[in-house]
Amino acid sequence: MDIIKELRDGARISALIKAIERFSDTPVNIMEICGGQTHIIMKYGLPQILPENIEFIHGPGCPVCVMPKERIDHAISLANQDNVILVTLGDMMRVPGSKSALIKERASGRDVRTVYSPIDVLKIAKENSGKRVIYFAIGFETTTPMTAALMEVSIKESFKNIFFHINHVLVPPPIHTIMQSGDVKIDAFIAPGHVSVITGTGIYKPIVEMYKTPVVVTGFEPVDILEAVLMILRQFHDKRSEVETQYRRAVRAEGNTKAQQLIDKYLAVRDTFRWRGLGDIPKSGLMIRDEFAFMDAEKVYKDILPDKSIDDHKVCRCGDILRGKAKPLNCSVFGTACTPENPLGACMVSSEGSCHAYFKYKKAVDI
Amino acid sequence: MKEILLSHGGGGRETQELIRELFLKYFSNPVLNALEDSAILRVNSKIAFTTDSFTVSPPFFKGGNIGKLSIVGTVNDLSVMGAKPYYLSAGFLIEEGFPYHELEEIVKSMSDEANKACVKIVTGDTKVVPRGNVDRIFINTSGIGEVICEGLSASNLREGDAIIISGTTGDHGACIMAMREDIGFDIDMESDCRAMWDMVDMVLTNAIEVHAMRDPTRGGLSAVLNEWAAQSNITIEVEEESIPVKDPVSGLCELLGFDPFHLACEGKIVFAVSGNDKERALDIIRRHPAGKDAEAIGKVTLSSPGRVILKSSWGTRRIMEPPAGELLPRIC
Repeated sequence: MDIIKELRDGARISALIKAIERFSDTPVNIMEICGGQTHIIMKYGLPQILPENIEFIHGPGCPVCVMPKERIDHAISLANQDNVILVTLGDMMRVPGSKSALIKERASGRDVRTVYSPIDVLKIAKENSGKRVIYFAIGFETTTPMTAALMEVSIKESFKNIFFHINHVLVPPPIHTIMQSGDVKIDAFIAPGHVSVITGTGIYKPIVEMYKTPVVVTGFEPVDILEAVLMILRQFHDKRSEVETQYRRAVRAEGNTKAQQLIDKYLAVRDTFRWRGLGDIPKSGLMIRDEFAFMDAEKVYKDILPDKSIDDHKVCRCGDILRGKAKPLNCSVFGTACTPENPLGACMVSSEGSCHAYFKYKKAVDI
Repeated sequence: MKEILLSHGGGGRETQELIRELFLKYFSNPVLNALEDSAILRVNSKIAFTTDSFTVSPPFFKGGNIGKLSIVGTVNDLSVMGAKPYYLSAGFLIEEGFPYHELEEIVKSMSDEANKACVKIVTGDTKVVPRGNVDRIFINTSGIGEVICEGLSASNLREGDAIIISGTTGDHGACIMAMREDIGFDIDMESDCRAMWDMVDMVLTNAIEVHAMRDPTRGGLSAVLNEWAAQSNITIEVEEESIPVKDPVSGLCELLGFDPFHLACEGKIVFAVSGNDKERALDIIRRHPAGKDAEAIGKVTLSSPGRVILKSSWGTRRIMEPPAGELLPRIC
């Protein structure tokens, strides 16, 4: 735990703030892509102590938040099939679909379970050999290797009752969408370190080259975030725009090649995937390769899965928030009609959603 | 292997056997031994009366079991109201097929814990229900204690009060969470499950001006402080870094995305004492065997009534939010 204490050390944080103040002369908009980092920024109150001209724009890196309602409805339709156990990760339970949420389906008797690790699906499948176990997989590049590993074991051990509904998405494509929309001015990116642990840092080269925006691959502690801010300001000072790595304790430039190969063996890039708030983005999601179609719940259950796009709740501004166009406090129902217990939109549900982070931590700013 | 059967709760011969061979063997005292329909007790003072039901899963955990917990929980609820615990009831709801030796282990630890806390179990009840109707075993205990210190209340906190916690927070919750089947962590620590009257007694007899006490069980430290802030209409300002947390608890919280101050303790007391008595209270609590990690973690102000504020050493402030919803794991 000592390393964690060092990365939250008050003296180190204060020293970094001083260094940042020295370099900060013009207004800078920094998008932290990952919702986990949004939470760290809010939890540690970094906007309270950073110079006012440094603005964090919260990015779309919350896997639950970017799932459009029709994908949530897929999970609910699958859970309602006879003889099916739907397995997913905890944050999915409360996300509202068009009519219901998984937590409500479970309360009305559907077999919906959460796991901490996808590998736990094997145990559920073993204990329920007469039932179909469908793993509703979500997440960015970070969680994809675990899904691929589950597919590998499932095939090697000849499980016949494990199926997959794949909702894995990629980080760079929505960044291009946001930059090309011109909706919001972003000067630099803080990129999630754990994604690069898998993919390496090369995935951000095109972003740096096309938009001349520095990208710093960063860890998940307050000291990490502040170091990244300082690295970004130094790039501006030196008139550079490069991919740099702050999260050196875990990231190698080439990433985890074994994990990359495993993903590539089972999953391919979809032509297009629909994102909440960002619409259809080409080459932004993953799907099961054709040779493994027998375990693809989207194919096996094709007839019962709706594909029509469903609009978000009229007053919910999740979409604008995911595009960086609005902040949670700009939403008229934030904290009133929309709370973590009774969410209108996914951004309020997920432990990586911006609205959830603001609900938990932002209230302290006015005290 | 001997098992608990429906007939053990039927009121007939098997029930009588269970009472004599198990419950009287461990809980024996003159009031209980009379085996009347009610316990007859003599009480000459103001009494505190409380009840609590225990449904912990798994029922056996590092540092205790559901039986020990059922004594400790009720004893501590009396203690924090300034009442010396005297008498308890014990009601059991048992799933048919529950192993007899496990029930005996549970009853034995109830007896051990009751002896340590100097309380008597004076009345009880056992029901056995068909498989699937309860999750193995549920226990209810109610308790009566003699009020030694009057006026303790969640609405009694005042500006300038010091908030003290008697030790590390979240130990019991983390321990149970780690042992749950779907997590399966090996965590190198025990539940803090312990009856705390002796500590409360030390603090009260040393004439510390105590305004409120609580055992931070479900909802943890955060639930206690938020209730106090709301009911007393005051602000509690907490120095986050001063909250004592064991390393394995912070580790588990890091991995699962929890805050240690939302996890239950079963052997800790949170005190609100007059600011003038802070150092003396801390000194007394730290001299107690279960109090060596005690810390003064904050103070009562009027800056933002109804709220609990966490302060960092680098000058930021945020809300210590009350616990809400299920404790669901995070994704990545």
